[in-house]
Amino acid sequence: MAADVAVVVEHLNGTIAEVSFEMLGQGKRLAAALGGKLRAIVLGRDARAAAEACGTADAVLYVEHEALGGFDPEAHGKALAALCAESAPAVVLVGNSSKGMDLAPDLAVALGVPVVTNVGAVAIEGGTIVATSRLYGGKIHAEVQVAGGRAVLSVLAGAFPAEAGKSDRPAAVEGVAPPADLASRIAFQRLIEPEAADVDITKEDVLVSVGRGIQDKDNLEIVQELADALGCPLSASRPLVDLGWMPKSRQVGKSGVTVKPKLYIAIGISGAPEHVQGMKDAATIVAINSDPKAPIFDVAHYGVAADLFDVVPALTEKVRELKG
Amino acid sequence: MNGNEPSPGETLMNIVVPLQQTPDLVEELEINADGTDIDRDAVTLQLSEWDGQALEEALLLKEAGAGSVTAVTIDGGEADAILFTALAKGVDRAVKLKPSGDAPTGLDHHALARLLAAAVAQLGADLVLTGVQSVEDLDGQLPVLLAAMLGWPHVSVVTGTELRGGAIAVKQEYSGGVMAELEARLPAVIGIQAARQAPRYAPVSKVRQIQKTAKLEEMPVEAPSGEAGLKIRRVFKPEIAGRAEILEGEPAEIAAKLVSLLKDRGLAI
Ligand SMILES: Cc1cc2nc3c(=O)[nH]c(=O)nc-3n(C[C@H](O)[C@H](O)[C@H](O)COP(=O)(O)OP(=O)(O)OC[C@H]3O[C@@H](n4cnc5c(N)ncnc54)[C@H](O)[C@@H]3O)c2cc1C
Ligand SMILES: Nc1ncnc2c1ncn2[C@@H]1O[C@H](COP(=O)(O)O)[C@@H](O)[C@H]1O
Repeated sequence: MAADVAVVVEHLNGTIAEVSFEMLGQGKRLAAALGGKLRAIVLGRDARAAAEACGTADAVLYVEHEALGGFDPEAHGKALAALCAESAPAVVLVGNSSKGMDLAPDLAVALGVPVVTNVGAVAIEGGTIVATSRLYGGKIHAEVQVAGGRAVLSVLAGAFPAEAGKSDRPAAVEGVAPPADLASRIAFQRLIEPEAADVDITKEDVLVSVGRGIQDKDNLEIVQELADALGCPLSASRPLVDLGWMPKSRQVGKSGVTVKPKLYIAIGISGAPEHVQGMKDAATIVAINSDPKAPIFDVAHYGVAADLFDVVPALTEKVRELKG
Repeated sequence: MNGNEPSPGETLMNIVVPLQQTPDLVEELEINADGTDIDRDAVTLQLSEWDGQALEEALLLKEAGAGSVTAVTIDGGEADAILFTALAKGVDRAVKLKPSGDAPTGLDHHALARLLAAAVAQLGADLVLTGVQSVEDLDGQLPVLLAAMLGWPHVSVVTGTELRGGAIAVKQEYSGGVMAELEARLPAVIGIQAARQAPRYAPVSKVRQIQKTAKLEEMPVEAPSGEAGLKIRRVFKPEIAGRAEILEGEPAEIAAKLVSLLKDRGLAI
């Protein structure tokens, strides 16, 4: 049993999060390297439907209980810990999502095993688990070796291909009784859906996206002019939304939306993993950033390592000239 | 300034806000000689961005009548500046934690959580608000590790809180603007993603004045030994994959190149 891999599958309203398929694909490879099995774990009020979609796993364990209906970190934590304590997988993969951020460190403490956060790569080297964590906004990585042969890994979305985790094979699902104690000091109350937005940036072919490099709310006009010239809306990184400079509906990334436009122009955005996860699959990415080492240049196709206040107005002018 | 004592019979809540000092990413980070950590002698430390959000949310709760706010940080680095600024923003107590041995490095959150758990116990907190993450989360995010070590409930990625008697109502953010409302019984640890409003600004003059009149408290805490169970093999700067073709020249030249590239590819122009 100590060579098995478990993937905690995240689902909301019947839809499985893409990161779960990414982990199932990677989990399959890790299980093969360890000579063990891949298990998917699904928790919820109606977990079975989601469990059925995890055909990549050798077995899918699902736990259904009223207390697991909404995401209550304590009830989900207890159910997960009980399941992992019993099946003792060598590696537990958890997505580094909102839910996963509550689950992974908690599970590691409950099991008494190490946890690695922000995992972007993982390998088994002679039976040892080796994981690479992306730190400092993606600017520095740390390669760590896990002591003791067991670990919880909190995996970044987009680090592994989702295709490898998708399968039409019927899943071997198995209902597991929840632990006797699911008592929680947390009460899940309700889901709040976002308000309808003026534009849906996920449907746009072109986005001019702006980050903290813009420095001041008044400077947004500079990028707005470029967007107007190109005939597209503005989107943004999270800090601009938190500052109240841009509406939430325009936020690209982990806690915003995922966009795949034909053209994404990132201006004054550093390329933190949480942002990159929401735009890395755009067909053409242009990045304008004064720091030549900014991680955004890793995902961009065309880069301009210069001051946005010089380049953007020049670009707007050229676009206007050409479009007449 | 310090010692906002509750009057007899009044139940004032004590909110503790642990403040992490993390490297300023605007400066180029260097790797240490043996390649197992960043060069900590060369970094400029600053208040972790998300801890600044947690501090703001705590101050908003205080202003809504919750009780007092205690800011804590480990001695050294920018501790004094961070704590005097917190006092200028309105915290009731500012405490420097003095570890008995070596302070945990930024990459050992298990040790940091253990140390903070001891501090929280000594301070008698009802609620801990801290940043949902830091840029140094190698071995787990701090709020959850801290809650696990205290045996308290926790909620991460929170963007708004409200006290309701012995509980705290929070909004937890998922992706796509979807949120959940949860209520956690106190004591609890909440990982703040963003406060309800942008962190307030403390004018330099006010910070200077506080520096002259207020005294920072000091509290000895036991320095735990590492228990993360991780061996750092190497810390490195990722190779820029070389994917981006970098356009060089004067702004006007760059703009011209870019526009013709986009035009050739039938993009937007
Ligand atoms: C749970 C969670 C969820 C998150 N979700 C999201 C999300 O959905 N979306 C998101 O974006 N972030 C998200 N974040 C935040 C993320 O971690 C980063 O903090 C954020 O992406 C940074 O935004 P930025 O690149 O605009 O700012 P910074 O990282 O501050 O980068 C600013 C950049 O501007 C450049 N710059 C400065 N001046 C100039 C100039 N004059 N010309 C050109 N360039 C300049 C700098 O070199 C720098 O690279 C999330 C964080 C957490 C904890
Ligand atoms: N001189 C200032 N006066 C008022 N607010 C400021 C000033 N400088 C920064 N701020 C605000 O303080 C917050 C933190 O800014 P900064 O210190 O630049 O990261 C932001 O909301 C700024 O808008």
